[in-house]
Amino acid sequence: MSQPQLGPPPTCQSPEHTCGVSVVHEIIERYGGNPEMLIPMMQDIQAAEGYLPREHLRTLGRELGVPLSRIYGVATFYAAFRLQPKGKHTITLCMGTVCYLKGADQISAVIQDEFQVKPGGTSPDRKFTFAPVNCLGACALAPVMVVDGEYFGGLSASSAVDILQKIASSKKPSEAVAKADAKQKTAAQKNGRGSQNP
Amino acid sequence: MKTLVGKFESFTDLEQYRSALKDRAAGVDCVIRVCCGPGCIPKGASKVYEAFRQAAEEADDKTVSVVPKLTGCQGLCECGPIVTLDPGGIFYQHVQEGDVAEIWRESVLGSGVVDRLLHHDEKTGQAARTTEGVPFYQGHQRIALALCGVIDARSIDDYIAAGGYQALAKALGSMKPEEVLDEVYRSGLRGRGGGGFLTGRKWRSAREAHGEPKFVIANGDEGDPGAFMDRALMEGAPHAVIEGMIIGGYAIGSSNGYIYVRDEYPIAVQRLRDAVAKAREMGLLGENILGSGFSFDIRISRGGGAFVCGESTALMASLEGRVGEPRAKYVHTVEFGFRNKPSLLNNVETWANVPAIIGRGADWFAGIGTAKSKGTKVFSLVGKVKNTGLVEVPMGMTLRQIIYQIGGGIRGDRPFKAVQTGGPSGGCIPAAYLDEAVDFDRLTELGSMMGSGGMIVMDEDTCMVNIARYFLRFLKEESCGKCTPCREGIAQMLHILDEIVGGRGTSGDLERLQELAVLLEDTALCALGKTAANPVLSTVRYFRDEYQEHIENHRCPAKECRGLFRYQIDAAACTGCGVCRKKCPVEAITGKKKEPHLIDADKCTNCGTCFDVCRFAAVKKV
Repeated sequence: MSQPQLGPPPTCQSPEHTCGVSVVHEIIERYGGNPEMLIPMMQDIQAAEGYLPREHLRTLGRELGVPLSRIYGVATFYAAFRLQPKGKHTITLCMGTVCYLKGADQISAVIQDEFQVKPGGTSPDRKFTFAPVNCLGACALAPVMVVDGEYFGGLSASSAVDILQKIASSKKPSEAVAKADAKQKTAAQKNGRGSQNP
Repeated sequence: MKTLVGKFESFTDLEQYRSALKDRAAGVDCVIRVCCGPGCIPKGASKVYEAFRQAAEEADDKTVSVVPKLTGCQGLCECGPIVTLDPGGIFYQHVQEGDVAEIWRESVLGSGVVDRLLHHDEKTGQAARTTEGVPFYQGHQRIALALCGVIDARSIDDYIAAGGYQALAKALGSMKPEEVLDEVYRSGLRGRGGGGFLTGRKWRSAREAHGEPKFVIANGDEGDPGAFMDRALMEGAPHAVIEGMIIGGYAIGSSNGYIYVRDEYPIAVQRLRDAVAKAREMGLLGENILGSGFSFDIRISRGGGAFVCGESTALMASLEGRVGEPRAKYVHTVEFGFRNKPSLLNNVETWANVPAIIGRGADWFAGIGTAKSKGTKVFSLVGKVKNTGLVEVPMGMTLRQIIYQIGGGIRGDRPFKAVQTGGPSGGCIPAAYLDEAVDFDRLTELGSMMGSGGMIVMDEDTCMVNIARYFLRFLKEESCGKCTPCREGIAQMLHILDEIVGGRGTSGDLERLQELAVLLEDTALCALGKTAANPVLSTVRYFRDEYQEHIENHRCPAKECRGLFRYQIDAAACTGCGVCRKKCPVEAITGKKKEPHLIDADKCTNCGTCFDVCRFAAVKKV
């Protein structure tokens, strides 16, 4: 994988912070300007902007007296940080042991293939950001993914793609969910019939 | 009742408040506990709780007092969402929003039960009214999770009413710090995060260490895949962790606590934050706790998604806002830890055991478990087991009891193959050792480890080589890259495993793997690297044949490694529906409608599409 690059400036929509600087200042203030709280500050910046914009990190470094190189080191070390904007939907796919046993690897492969997205990356059409994680701790539902906060359990490679395609094309996410539920029920009935691929 | 104004200023204040809470609870006619643990939330438990809450609010009959509680994990995730009702301890499973009205009518207002939501025995079909009739719940003993699933997870009042902060009052009011230390030492409690180091000894070193200020840290960076014990605990009984930490701070002479929690657990972060704020508001954290003169406060810090940060020195680096790289451990963190000051780090489960030990005494705790492993352990029982769930059992219970009695055995009643314990640093234990008692030392002897408590059950369809590769790949991704043995060694081991799984293994591979394993154990900087080879070593130890079958005959006995087995159509089962023929991407399947089809082995790429789409289980792996 190529080295991650610092992201483009944000497309800021808020009239109060056209350049993002005030967001950073507010966040620094929140933690009393303590450089030890660098990680929480970066988490808050990401929560506000969806990723870590280059200018924000520069401001943060300047204000805290922390070199940008160190901030970049922290940003690339921890899996939770993103230097590029997020897609419209975020797919969090659990890659924990149980999900793996039940086929998470194949699901990951078809998602990457179908939406031309790499782990941690965003699809070219900006529809999906794909974030495989180590474990969601929802093993009873394995294999499981979370799309925009909504859980989808008992997946197969094909049902995962179906769900995502419906989310991509649907105007109302709830509709996609309802359809996906129906689909999963059929899949569950199918799986209940005896020896079958996990 | 008397509501609390301001802070508790003495032990009497706390006790008076507690008895007022109890009086209030005595006037409640019905308590509804809706499990909103890690397994139930994704299955819609929040909506179920909301429905009960609304029903209680809008109830016409105000003479009946009903209290719905949003609780932490109640255990049997497989059958979630779970709802239990008191009085009567009625146990409902698979409850959905739509069932709430019926439960309300039958069990809240009436005295009946909704039979279809009860647990029915797999064989006899008999319904169980309470957890006593549910095999999953037999043999549990909850200490760390004592109040998880019982109290409202968000309520400090519930925690106090159930006896919470009583141990703290006892420690601050009637024990010297040395006595607290002694009690923890004598209890035989060992670290629940994986290493199993004697907690009392660690505390003593921290107390004796020179340097001020000292720090107390809770490790909530549960990174093992397949493990959710700590998450359940932090979400379900956050005050148990907080109370344990305050007692720890008192024992070692520290006023500063930190809880480091995974950012992937947003509910846990929120619960802990709220719990800390509430405890502070009531004077259980902050200056002069309960008028004892002792002060202690806690900050919550979120991790950034790095497995290595579960390692103590890496965690402290991360707390300092740096990259989470471990350092050599000959400098002990109890002397030079966070900010280079004496730091006492324990896993959250360890902390949650502390109030029980202080409250009920070291002798009581030491009476549970085995000779060298005292108390209980929380496991997340997952994988190909019938009852996925969270269990807390006394140390020394056998694997068979946990997997077959509590877990209900293997899904589809297939043969058991192995159980993986200890996460990526642990190993796989085969069927021959099912009757071994589970404790720290025995698991280590078997080539695995207790770890944080993940227990992943595998059946015959799981390839042991592939599972070893899974863990190595995980560790390669999570290696911080600071020391060469770990950075390069794991990558090399993974490369060899990739070759074996791909059918390109050569003789000598096993020896090379073992050589690298020894090298890692001897030279890696931290436990991540030192134990990285465990998944490989344990599977080579118990499943050598399977490795050899891959290497020599290019066959995967579990039929999991693509290319190392073939697909065949069972002519007797094939109905000739033609779905596989249409779906095959390389047109390798031929056959007439309503007649058995055939796979052309020369054209087949072993993609598995036919296997997935066949509705008659006629496609077999051979």
